[in-house]
Formats: sequence, C-alpha cells, structure tokens
Amino acid sequence: MTRRSSLTVFAALCCLGLPAFGQISLTGAGATFPYPMYSKWFDEYRKLHPNLEINYQSIGSGGGIRQVTEGTVDFGATDGPMTDEQMKAFREKRGCDVLHFPTVLGADVPVYNVPGVATDLNFTPEALAGIFLGKITKWNDPELAKANPKVKLPNTDILVIHRSEASGTTYVWVDYLSKISSEWQTKVGKGVAVNWPVGLGGKGNEGVAGQVKESANSIGYVELIYAAQNKMSYGRVRNSAGNFVKADLASVTAAAAGVEMPDDFRVSITNASGKTAYPIASFTWLLIPEVIKDKQKLDVITGFLHWMLGPGQKFTEALEYAPLPKPVVTKEEKAISKLHGS
Amino acid sequence: MSAAPTILPRSRVGTFADRLRAGDQFAYTLTLVCAASIFLVTCLLVYELWIGSALSREKFGWNFIFTSTWDPVREDFGAVPFMFGTVVTSLVSLLISVPIGLGAAIFLSEMALPSISDTLTFLIELLAAVPSVIYGLLGIFLLVPVLESVVVPVLKGTLGFLPIFSGPFYGVSLFSASVVLSVMIVPFIISVSREVLLAVPVDQREAALSVGATKWETTWQVVVPYAKRGIYGSIFLALARALGETMAVTMVIGNTPKVQTSLLGPGDSIASVIANQFTEATSDMYISALIELGLVLFAITIIINGLARLLILTTGGRVAK
Amino acid sequence: MRNRRKIVNIVMLSLTGACTVVIIGILLVILGYLFWNGARYLTVDFFTKLPAPVGESGGGMANAIVGSGKLLLLAVLIGVPFGFLGGVYLAEFGTGIFPSVVRYMTDLLNGVPSIVIGIFAYGVVVARMHHFSTLAGGVALGVMMVPIALRTTEEFLRGVPQSLREGAMALGASKARTIATVVIPAAIKGIFSGMMLDLARVAGETAPLLFTSLGNRFWSPGWDKPTSALPEMIYHYAISPYDEWHRQAWAAGFVLLTLVLLVNIIARQVLARTSHAG
Repeated sequence: MTRRSSLTVFAALCCLGLPAFGQISLTGAGATFPYPMYSKWFDEYRKLHPNLEINYQSIGSGGGIRQVTEGTVDFGATDGPMTDEQMKAFREKRGCDVLHFPTVLGADVPVYNVPGVATDLNFTPEALAGIFLGKITKWNDPELAKANPKVKLPNTDILVIHRSEASGTTYVWVDYLSKISSEWQTKVGKGVAVNWPVGLGGKGNEGVAGQVKESANSIGYVELIYAAQNKMSYGRVRNSAGNFVKADLASVTAAAAGVEMPDDFRVSITNASGKTAYPIASFTWLLIPEVIKDKQKLDVITGFLHWMLGPGQKFTEALEYAPLPKPVVTKEEKAISKLHGS
Repeated sequence: MSAAPTILPRSRVGTFADRLRAGDQFAYTLTLVCAASIFLVTCLLVYELWIGSALSREKFGWNFIFTSTWDPVREDFGAVPFMFGTVVTSLVSLLISVPIGLGAAIFLSEMALPSISDTLTFLIELLAAVPSVIYGLLGIFLLVPVLESVVVPVLKGTLGFLPIFSGPFYGVSLFSASVVLSVMIVPFIISVSREVLLAVPVDQREAALSVGATKWETTWQVVVPYAKRGIYGSIFLALARALGETMAVTMVIGNTPKVQTSLLGPGDSIASVIANQFTEATSDMYISALIELGLVLFAITIIINGLARLLILTTGGRVAK
Repeated sequence: MRNRRKIVNIVMLSLTGACTVVIIGILLVILGYLFWNGARYLTVDFFTKLPAPVGESGGGMANAIVGSGKLLLLAVLIGVPFGFLGGVYLAEFGTGIFPSVVRYMTDLLNGVPSIVIGIFAYGVVVARMHHFSTLAGGVALGVMMVPIALRTTEEFLRGVPQSLREGAMALGASKARTIATVVIPAAIKGIFSGMMLDLARVAGETAPLLFTSLGNRFWSPGWDKPTSALPEMIYHYAISPYDEWHRQAWAAGFVLLTLVLLVNIIARQVLARTSHAG
C-alpha cells in the first residue's frame, strides 16, 4: 500500500516537473527598490500572456549585476548603474555588452520609528550625513532640533539601520551622501555595499523596513513604496534649493525633469537642482545582455519592454513610483532595437 | 566498536568460490562506488572552497583571519568580526544550555522513572527536529519582544554594571542569537549526556550509596565524573552545530560586522554573512572573500567535530555509546 | 553537617527537575505559539494560490509547496541510493582501511554547515549550468542526506544477527542474494524510518537553497528553473515588513512544522518498536 501511494506521489511530482507545453519562463534578479513594481508588472503581463512567466527575485542590486554577468539569470536589475569596470567585466565574460533600460523613477526616503513623534521630520543633508557617519547619535541633537523647531525630540540614542547586502537603494543613498558630504566621500565612498561607520543591517528593502518597524528610535532608508505600504513615517529632506521636500510623484518627477539623458542611460539624479525636486531620487534599470541567443526569450524581453514603456507605465503611480519622462521613453523605444539574437 | 567480521577471510574464500558469483562482484563494486562517492564529494567540496577562495587567499594571506575591516567598496576584507560573532554566540549559547541541559540529563537518567524519562526525552528530541528557519521566525516575533520587554531590563537592572550588558539593546543582537542557539542545541546535550549517564554501571552508584553518600553526591561525585568524557563530547557536538547554524542566527543577530564588548549590540556571524551576501556580492574578490569565510567555517567545524568524536570514542571503551 | 548535605541533596535534585521543566516548558511554548498563530492564519488559498504581487493581500504558497516536494524528491533520488548502497558496503563488505576512511569522511560531511553545502552546490551546479534551478537545490539537499542515510543503513544492517546471514549462505545463497533477500528485509523498517527522519531534517533546510533554487513567485516547470520552497518563503516573509506576509509565514511555519513533527513522531515510534523487537 505504501509503495503504491508513494509511486502515485512520485508520478504526480514528475508530471508537475514536466515543462508545460509552450510555457516560457524567464528569470530575473536584482534590485529590491522596484520589486513591488516589477512584481505587479510581471503579474499583469502574465494575465495578458498566460504562457509567459517572468520570475523576479529581489536579491539586491549587487546580486542583479553579479548574476546577469555570470549569466545565471536572463536579466538583472539595479538602481545603481553598472560601473565602467563592471561593464568591462561583463564584456569579458559574456562576449557582448550589457544594456541599461530605465523602468521607473523612485526615491529613497529616511524612515524612522521614534516613539512620541507623530509628525513628519525635516532632515537637512548635514543631519543625514551626521547620523549615518555616527556623529549625530541622539534624536534631540541640535542639528535635528534646528530643522524641527515644533517637534519635541526625545533624548534617546539613534539606531541606524542599513542594508546588509549589496544594494541599489544603498547606492542611491550613499551616492547622495557622497555628493553632499565630503567627509562621507573620503571616509566611506559610494557603491552598492559600503563599510558602514555605524548601524545594523537588514536584508533587502523589506528587511530594513521590517527592522525599523520592530526597533524603537531607529532610522533607516527604504524605497518610498516600502514606507507607504507599511504606513511608516518618513521625513522631508532639504534639497539643493534649500526647500524641505517630501518624496512623492511630483517631487520625484521634478528631480528627473532637468536631466540630460546619456545614450547608455547611466545617469545619477541625486541632489538634483530644481525648487521642488526631491534630492534622493533615482532611475532604476533593467540590465539586459545585448545578445540573447534564445529567440523565444529575445521576443519575450523585447515584447515586455515595449509593453512596460507603454501600458505598463500606468501602473506606476498606484505604487508611488514616478513614470518615466516622455523623452526618456522615446529614447528607450529606439534602444530596444539594439537587442539582437546571435 | 569491534566490527562483526562480515567478509570471509581470504584463506577460506576458495572453499566458497562456487558461491561467489558474478552477482557478488557486481554488488561489491556497486556499493563500493556509492561509498566512494562520499569520499569524492568531500574532496570536491574542499576543492571548490579552496579554488573559490584563491583570489582572496592570495591577496590577504593569513591577514584575512586577523583583520577586522569588511569594506566592499575598497575590497578590503577581514574575517575577525564574523569569527568573533560566530564564536561569541556559540560560547554564550553553551553557557546557557550546558547547565540546563546537564541538569535535565541528570534528572532524566537518575531521577525520573524510565517510562517518564523516555517520554520526556522523546519530546525533547522533537525540539531538535524543528527547522532552523522556524526558530528564526519565533526568534523575531516571540523571543525578541520578550527579551526587549522583560529579560533585558532585568539583566540591565541587576548586571548592568558588567560591560557585556552595557549599551543600548535593539532587539536583534548577539545575545538574542545566543538565546535562540541555546534552545536549538540543548536537545543534543540532553540526549547524548543522558545516554552516557545511563550507561554508567549500576554498581558505581550502589557503591557510593552504600558508603553513605546522598543521591546528589553519588550523582555529582561518582556518576557524572565517570561519564565526563561523553558529556564533553555532547557539548562539543552541540558547539559544532551552533557554529554552523545559519538561518535562525541571521534572522536575529543584526547583521553588523563589528567586534564589541556588549552582548546586547548587533553582530554578525560567518554563516549569516555568507547567507546575506553570497548571491549579491559584485566583484570576484568579494565572492572569493565570502568563500574563504566558508572555508574558515568549514575548518572550525571540522576541528570541533573531530574533538567531539574523539572524546565520545575514547569514552566508548568504558561507557557503551 | 548532615543536615546541610541533605539540604544540598534536595536542592540540587529539585534543580535538575526544574531544568527539565524549563526545557519541556520551552517546547510547549514553541509548539503552542506556532500552532496557535499558524492555524489562525491558515486558509484554503494558502494551498491553492500563487503568491500575490508584493504588498497586495491574498495569495498563497501553492508553488512553494510543490517546489518543496520536487526538491525533496530530488534529494531522495540522490541521497537514498548513494546512502543506502554505501551503507550496505560498509556493513557487509567493509573491512580494511578504506571503509574507515569513508566512515570518517561521512561524519565529516555530516558536520559541514548547511550554508557551506550551499556554496558547494552553487559552485558545482549553478555556476556550471549558468542557472539557478530546482536541480541545484535538490543536489544540495541530496548531498546533505547522504551521510545520515549511509550511517543509518550501516547501523541497522549491523544489527541483523550474523546467524541469519550464515543460515542463508549455508543454504547455498550467494552473498549478494543473502544481503538482498535476507539481511536487508530484516533491517528495512529501521532503515526506512531512519531515511524518513533524514528527509524530515532536510525538508526544513533553508540556507543551502538561497544560492541554488533561489526562489520563484510562480510555478517552476521542469527542473532547470528557479523554484520556491516553504522554508525559503518563511525566511523571506518573516523578515519583510508586510503584516500579510508575516501571517503567511506563520501559516507556512505551521504546515512545515506539522509535517516534520509527524514524520518524526511516526518514524521514532517505528524505530523504538524495532529496537525493542531486536
């Protein structure tokens, strides 16, 4: 009896293991910053094309760059554009170039959990750099108090929470800190993973948001949607024009407004000028090898890119991401044709 | 450990020659190949770790295990903070679990009726079957809040003057990881210690009791010393397990590579930094450093496991398994 | 003086009892808390639906349940034959130096942390095939199964009385036939139970899956695509900020732990009975 039932289970599992007829599945991995967006897109896209499954794993931007270079995934995703060295490494390993495709705009926001503080806090660039350098250690530090005259800040230790793995959200955050603080630039620098002066690590945007929620008096940085979906408080940040700006669709779009988009789409828009621009905003990119040998996969990817730039963009605002500016979309539409088979 | 002679001595094979058919040869070869696969896999494992860590080994040499920077931007890697976290959490977990585990093992072997002892041991061994990720889940949502609201305030109130209990507590910490680990390893200590205690000959106890020793004196001064090596062995086994534990630790340790005196601060361990960063590391040097951490962990657990087995084996002569 | 000894006696012995009570208490709290939370959040959707897009409510873990099943099937296909036949070798043919080397290697491999096995499977399967896959995860779990499968088989075969072997050989059976028809059947219950325990152990493994089967929000057709698995989902959901995901993590923890404990209880009962009979 046991033998028969185990045989049945075996047979059933084998059937499940067989590739369903005509089923195409692609795997991508990388940034957690746009994960809610991608997860929504791939779900919607599957509704339109039931035989296509695009599996996206949010392992972090560093992982996106590494895994697409290794060729273990069909595409990668990152919020920090690949460096020239990384592009070179890709060429050496894969024998072709890798293309960046911006998908949406997002923002890193400072999220915090300070018991007794219900209003949105204002953060000056100096305050953020000070906190993350470990120089500002109390919530009632003068630098914070000065920017928040109406708030009664507690005399408690600040707990900094950062990412434990290589991350594009980190890249955007430290790219900003490097621009506004020379001390940060020389001491820590920028990259998808850095040697943090203070704080403890959470895994993924999910992990940092979860950690901030669980820890009193903590501050971390996450992509806007993670703060919004979890109803966490996040602060305004003073931009280069001197205004305290809260991250939202308008201020993120404003950050991208003045940008000069280069042909390879690798551009940083942190600390953007513009009166209403939110200073810690960024494009986020898909990383796609220029040559995709498998014709089916090539078709799926180009098909998806066209859909993403067209109808896909209308899903962005519900998830607090800003849609791409029109000129960028047009430029990208052209770039899709660079992808080719062997 | 005397193995039953299961193959006939060579000199007598001849008389059985007609019975040793092709089938025997085949069975022998097939099973030999499968047994040899273990050998191959272990060698392959060491080879993978060795080759994978080549870049890092060449660049940092022995400095790798003596420096404490972990800077992916400048590609400067040292293993100290992770080794520190791994060793500290494991040792603290032993401090918690050894007294409790040994106490319970004594109760189960010396005090409880055999039927009750068997049932309780059965239940305790179930604790060992709970998957690590579930300990992590309970760690985040059950243990950390309890530590934060009850245990740590009490600790700080009474022992707060000790440097190991200084500084702020954020929930995730070396201490939380140690507590989770101690629950995970205590079943091993109880189960193995109870067996070695049960194997102590009854006449040892009777001799002590007959000269007027109390039950406790008999247990503590005669039975436990008799089974000492086996108990050490169980502790080493538990230690080896604690050192390599990944998921439950990574979920509550805080993922912060630093060396510090306070147990209440966040830390990181070798296993958990690998779990966190292995698929994400961008450069070849970064990966290589992570694999070298794997190699370090491998070496540590092998040494500890070897010691444990040696202790249990040498006790084996006197106290059956 | 005598009084003091008596008091010490009573105090210390009660303390050992207290230790036992603490451990049993912890076990009950763990099981109670998990079952209470898990059962509360368990829904039909959990077993039938795919995960919902991030941050949306609803959805289930049907793909993770199937994924775990496939990974374990592979683990069994790898771990059981090698472990079983290797165990037969050690018990029936093993004399000389080589078997003790194998035995030593087995114990060594058994002590290797699961995360290191993950690195190994990544290097051997993922990096070579250029894919995260069910196969890679299955290999990692399979490798983890081998040592215990091997030692269990060896132990139970050794437990078979020598007289049975001699009897069969005296009747003219070859050695291979004796092993296959007399020795193994005599030990099969114990071996099977040991293998089930082994399987239950790897069923909860998460660390080696992170770099091998990676995870998947959808079904994973075939064996060369990434797949999700229950323990991996519990990990990702537990560290997330979403309350909905926390609830699902509890439900998944409940399902996983129930299966693991059931297998443990049944297999241990069988083992206890066989050892009494033997």
